[in-house]
Amino acid sequence: MNKHKASVLMRHEVGLHARPSVKLTKLAKAFESRIDLGLSPDGPWVDAKSIVKVMATRAPKDSTIYFRAEGADAKAALEALVTLVDGDFQDGR
Amino acid sequence: MSENVGIVIVSHSADVARGTALMVEQMVGREVPLGWCGGDPGGGLGTSVEAIMAAIERAWSERGVAILVDLGGAETNSEMAIEMLPEERRARVVVCNAPVVEGAVMAATEAASGASLEAVRQTAEELTPV
Repeated sequence: MNKHKASVLMRHEVGLHARPSVKLTKLAKAFESRIDLGLSPDGPWVDAKSIVKVMATRAPKDSTIYFRAEGADAKAALEALVTLVDGDFQDGR
Repeated sequence: MSENVGIVIVSHSADVARGTALMVEQMVGREVPLGWCGGDPGGGLGTSVEAIMAAIERAWSERGVAILVDLGGAETNSEMAIEMLPEERRARVVVCNAPVVEGAVMAATEAASGASLEAVRQTAEELTPV
């Protein structure tokens, strides 16, 4: 099975709050792979497709977000998620 | 016809219902069928079975509809509205045991991915402390 890891610094002003969490979760759900998100390289991990769990991480600005993914489209999924976070969730709102 | 589960917001206040619907539209998007209702016809606080049925109709999806309610009468009137639906629709409408604003955003996020009605309900209800 295809396993991948990635990490990205989140500079979004308010951190992983409601709107960024919704965007991240929606994007994660577009992929088949299992995708986990953590705030340290060793976890603990939460399901990046669970809006409730992603929002509950309350990751503040300047956190590094760690992803690990497993599945056929794992690499593409992590590229897309890193791009989203790195691009400040597209609109900075 | 949408392939996503629809969301209905029922509040005693038209402002709360409208505001919650706006949050769903702006935070999640318009790919989830959405209906809302609140207040009584005189402009006061309240909920009505007829208005809830109309909101269910607006949000209708063959995949089902999840209703988020605020207090007391919103829940009982929603249950009554479900009972008055055509029989083939009744089993595809559920009232979520979740806070109305947060539940609506969470449920819509789940619904936007094409999730089942049961998955949408579970996501909304994950918010409720056990």
